[in-house]
Amino acid sequence: MGNITLRNVSKVFGAHAVIPSIDLNINDGEFVVFVGPSGCGKSTLLRLIAGLEDVSGGEIAIDGKNATELPPAQRGLSMVFQSYALYPHMSVRSNIAFPLKMANEDKAVIDRKVSDAARVLNLTDYLDRKPRQLSGGQRQRVAIGRAIVRQPKAFLFDEPLSNLDAALRVNMRLEISQLHQDLKTTMVYVTHDQVEAMTMADKIVVLNRGRIEQVGSPLDLYHKPDNLFVAGFIGSPRMNFVSGQPAAAYQAHTMGIRPEHLVLSKENGTWAGTVGVAEHLGSDTFLHVNVDTIGTVTARVSGDFPVTHGDRVFLTPDAQRVHRFDDKGLAVR
Amino acid sequence: MARNVSTRRKIVVTVVAWTIGILIFFPILWTFLTSFKTEAEAIASPPSLFFFDWTTENYHEVQSRSNYFLHFMNSVVVSFGSTLIGLIIAIPSAWAMAFSPTKRTKDVLMWMLSTKMMPSVGVLVPMYLLFRNTGLLDTRTGLVIVLTLINLPIIIWMLYTYFKEIPGEILEAARMDGASLSKEIIYVLTPMAIPGIASTLLLNIILAWNEAFWTLNLSAAKAAPLTAFIASYSSPEGLFYAKLSAASTMAIAPILILGWFSQKQLVRGLTFGAVK
Repeated sequence: MGNITLRNVSKVFGAHAVIPSIDLNINDGEFVVFVGPSGCGKSTLLRLIAGLEDVSGGEIAIDGKNATELPPAQRGLSMVFQSYALYPHMSVRSNIAFPLKMANEDKAVIDRKVSDAARVLNLTDYLDRKPRQLSGGQRQRVAIGRAIVRQPKAFLFDEPLSNLDAALRVNMRLEISQLHQDLKTTMVYVTHDQVEAMTMADKIVVLNRGRIEQVGSPLDLYHKPDNLFVAGFIGSPRMNFVSGQPAAAYQAHTMGIRPEHLVLSKENGTWAGTVGVAEHLGSDTFLHVNVDTIGTVTARVSGDFPVTHGDRVFLTPDAQRVHRFDDKGLAVR
Repeated sequence: MARNVSTRRKIVVTVVAWTIGILIFFPILWTFLTSFKTEAEAIASPPSLFFFDWTTENYHEVQSRSNYFLHFMNSVVVSFGSTLIGLIIAIPSAWAMAFSPTKRTKDVLMWMLSTKMMPSVGVLVPMYLLFRNTGLLDTRTGLVIVLTLINLPIIIWMLYTYFKEIPGEILEAARMDGASLSKEIIYVLTPMAIPGIASTLLLNIILAWNEAFWTLNLSAAKAAPLTAFIASYSSPEGLFYAKLSAASTMAIAPILILGWFSQKQLVRGLTFGAVK
């Protein structure tokens, strides 16, 4: 089991409330991603769950039991750090075995569990090496190995892929998702990268300035953002926001339209503009169009649409896909 | 990009460097050479550098007049003992200040350092009276206590600097992995800090071995270390340069040898953190 419940959890550093008050329920077996800009309190929230920071108020329950005052080791959680945090003086084998050794497990049991974990993570040939002799991806796998041998109630990941290069990041993303499907253990994952959040999560928690902006499945957040912040944060390239006259046409203070929901034409349309920068990705092209009355609008078109810098184009928002927000930035539905 | 250095410049720099090196080393060399001269040759003017009748008579004389082995053992006990006790106190202290600092940690560190700014002689009388009244005068225990206390600020400062270099996340990982505080220090922190601890140990043994103010003032015969052994040959009634030199050579030889064998460790320790 790995059910984690936060009730009125707050964290104050000096006079600064990093997390004013948060309520959240993480169900057993769920892959939950905390996402938000840097400084939004997502890592702090994870460290509160881990027990590496003390809460200033509220309660954390793990499997229904109050764990607020428990030290990290007794919460039954494993953590994977951004810097891997491997023990540099120990071999890969000793690194993975360390939590079992601390739990005074039998040597035969330790050996079996370590070799099982090493096999799952393709580390069998590296067991006698020191962390410094491994690549970044291998180090991250050792850190994951160290986390899984304890068979924790939940895994906590603190931006685990930030130190890897782009190609490796995509691979490790898949490996972690695969691991979640195999183990079916609760995972709480912190990232600032909304692509990681969208691709991995069962449930995304969007945080901003220590508050939860919205909780939902990736597609929920994409299709039905509760407010301007979530609308702008989820989706890449980000949603276009337009206020004033064009928004009023939709009875909204601000209208939002995703780049992929703008129809592009060279002949006619609602908004006329000039192509500024065209980013060709091959499959798609991102156009930054300077619309005469509105400003720069980003549009996503098929990669074979013939258009370059300086072309005159017309954009028409897909009326079904327009998001409407009131003057407080909240969604109007 | 490598800089272009002309051959002439290389020669000049080499000569200057060697000259400075020899100048610094000269007193030690001179002491060593004098220890093989007769007393007459030792004070001869002009002095001869290498061409004199080499004799080991001074060493025999020093051996028969005083108990070198006793002083040597006193030095070993006092310097190793004070350093080890200092480390046992300093490791948890430095751990606390490096990984669990408070608003006052910097002040505490500065205060400890400030105790080294006061001239020792300023507290000689109260210290002497304390030692006399508690029966610690001229005992190895007394010298171990005083040397532990005077070197503790340096030990804590050095360890604090090394511990600061260890990423806190690794200790947090140990905590997540179920390590108690003592296991965290034994299995994770100490092995990672071994180079730093080793160089702190070595430097403090050297400092304690050479400490002359307190060892001379608080010991007489029984607990006197090698510093007192040297000093016993420089008396106001008349100097015996050759014997003084022989005693000095015998006193510094063990620590010189220790330093020589551990120089790699010492240099690494003293430049730790300078280059990431």
